[in-house]
Amino acid sequence: MSLLDVNNLSCEFDTDEGRVRAIDEVSFSIEAGETLGIVGESGCGKSVTALSIMRLLPQPMGKIVKGSVTLNGQDLTSLNHQTMETIRGKQIGMVFQEPMTALNPVHTIGKQLLEGILLHETQNISSATALAMEILEKVGIPSPDIRMGEFPHQLSGGMRQRVVIAMALACKPTLLIADEPTTALDVTVQAQILDLLEELQNDLGMAVILITHDLGVIAEACDNVIVMYAGRVAETGSVYDIFDHSKHPYTKGLLASIPRLDSIPKTVLPVIEGIVPGLQDLPSGCRFSDRCTFSRPFCTSQTPSLAATFNVSTTAQSHRVACLRWQEL
Amino acid sequence: MSSSLLAVENLRMHFPVREGVLMRTTAYNKAVDDVSLTISPGETLGLVGESGCGKSTLGRCIVRLYNPTSGQIRFDETDITNLTQRALLPYRQHIQMIFQDPMESLNARHSIGDILEEPLIIHKQGNAGERARRVTELLDLVGLPTRSRTRYPFEFSGGQRQRIGIARAIALRPRLIICDEPVSALDVSIQSQILNLLIQLQKEMNLAYLFIAHDLSVVKHISDRISVMYLGRIVETAESEKLYRSPAHPYTRSLISAIPVPDPKKRSPRPTLGGDVPSPINPPSGCAFHPRCPDCLPSCSGEPPDISVVASEHYVRCVLHSDSPAQTL
Repeated sequence: MSLLDVNNLSCEFDTDEGRVRAIDEVSFSIEAGETLGIVGESGCGKSVTALSIMRLLPQPMGKIVKGSVTLNGQDLTSLNHQTMETIRGKQIGMVFQEPMTALNPVHTIGKQLLEGILLHETQNISSATALAMEILEKVGIPSPDIRMGEFPHQLSGGMRQRVVIAMALACKPTLLIADEPTTALDVTVQAQILDLLEELQNDLGMAVILITHDLGVIAEACDNVIVMYAGRVAETGSVYDIFDHSKHPYTKGLLASIPRLDSIPKTVLPVIEGIVPGLQDLPSGCRFSDRCTFSRPFCTSQTPSLAATFNVSTTAQSHRVACLRWQEL
Repeated sequence: MSSSLLAVENLRMHFPVREGVLMRTTAYNKAVDDVSLTISPGETLGLVGESGCGKSTLGRCIVRLYNPTSGQIRFDETDITNLTQRALLPYRQHIQMIFQDPMESLNARHSIGDILEEPLIIHKQGNAGERARRVTELLDLVGLPTRSRTRYPFEFSGGQRQRIGIARAIALRPRLIICDEPVSALDVSIQSQILNLLIQLQKEMNLAYLFIAHDLSVVKHISDRISVMYLGRIVETAESEKLYRSPAHPYTRSLISAIPVPDPKKRSPRPTLGGDVPSPINPPSGCAFHPRCPDCLPSCSGEPPDISVVASEHYVRCVLHSDSPAQTL
């Protein structure tokens, strides 16, 4: 049994333009200690997937309409709010993109860090403080005793993100969801944070879901990858399947369109024409069909399901692709 | 260097830091400190560095959105550093700017037609009919449908808005465009479309670009030469291929190694640069990079290093290369 099993998860939002389906039949699983990357462009449903696992969809607009999220054999979608409180922060930790907005500017680092520990771990203030200091030290924050009394604005972006990671890890979760944890940071600081996440993962043996739009980050940090497009899984497989044997035209297009350090300067980059469709006006059939150069008439009438390809890798997650023409391409 | 279109010499931009009830100047934020660079017609100079290193301030000084503290900016052999706003007007049409966030840099209450016509009106170019034709031509050049002219910025996606920003910048047929992070707010698949457009326009119009970005792989793709900035100073300048193949400054080397490579086979443990960019209000003594530098020598905290030449057209500001001082830059 996997640590987390997401099965046919679909979420809908009530908007001014009517009800839209933000994610549609998303399924994946993650084993203990594994790093799963979710990659895609903005609006493809990466963050909604993360929020629905945490049951943190904006209320009352957002709703899980279908599917299940099973953590350690327990279906999270059927739990009430009180029970969910005991899981959030304790079994699943979350790191958000923007460390300034994820931290409360009017409370000290110490107070915010202690909140979770006092709720889940211990009622004793002095042992909670000791635990908080220990975790701050672990995420590489020098002189944690001083930092505990400081406010978020007194820290740099990288340090703030370390604090957010410390908060997520304070109760030693079995699963960490990191939603664009390095997007707001400089490359050098990004490298520091990715190294830190990997080190902590090895220490604590937790599973990590890493959400990012940066294919470089995925290649460096993940074991398995899910490529999402317009709310659906386009392709999934091991990091080697995706980068070396990608089958989906969208994945191939994404990989070709990024400028690389070793490419020839000032050449025309291959592009994916058009833009990501809005959720109100999704193309019928395959959602990538209107931008896909390999599109055929049947692509707009049939919806492709995730089909297994031959298994190139030896990892547990097999390489699957949602494209009607993958065998020909 | 008579062939250069733009020559910046020893430019300094020191912002006063005011404190207390009397708002007395207590210190200076040396955002740009002794920067010299040249750009030839039709050339792209890339400018990279972490956030807070003064890249944007330098760009804004060149278009004279800021009045520099000292130094000289020459455009086409004319000193424009101290021209009044009125005297600057003829130069404004030759030096244009593209901003990072096209939502904030386009007036939300103006139609696209008005936005694109405004520079033509200010510079008294053509009559109403000619201007209308030029607007249509501009929309066509950047790949937007003609009917866009009556629509408003909110009706467009991020990538399309950036195309509008580009159309506005080229409306007056400028010779130099300062591109301040033009693609960093865009999705991967859109980013390559915009980069291709910029490269194509450059070829057609013999444009020179100062391309400011924090993403070295993007900068390397579009630039002929690259300058690396750290804490208000340019620490290395070289032809872009050379900078990537044989970086001379330890900071450039750290920046390159920190970039995640989108290839899981090239995953390797790399030296990570520790710490953050220090404050430009109170920069470290000597070489500003010495507290983070992996190759730091005792002498680095003394005198700031001069510019040395490591190869033709390859300049670096580091004591490790001080045996070949530059005569001129």
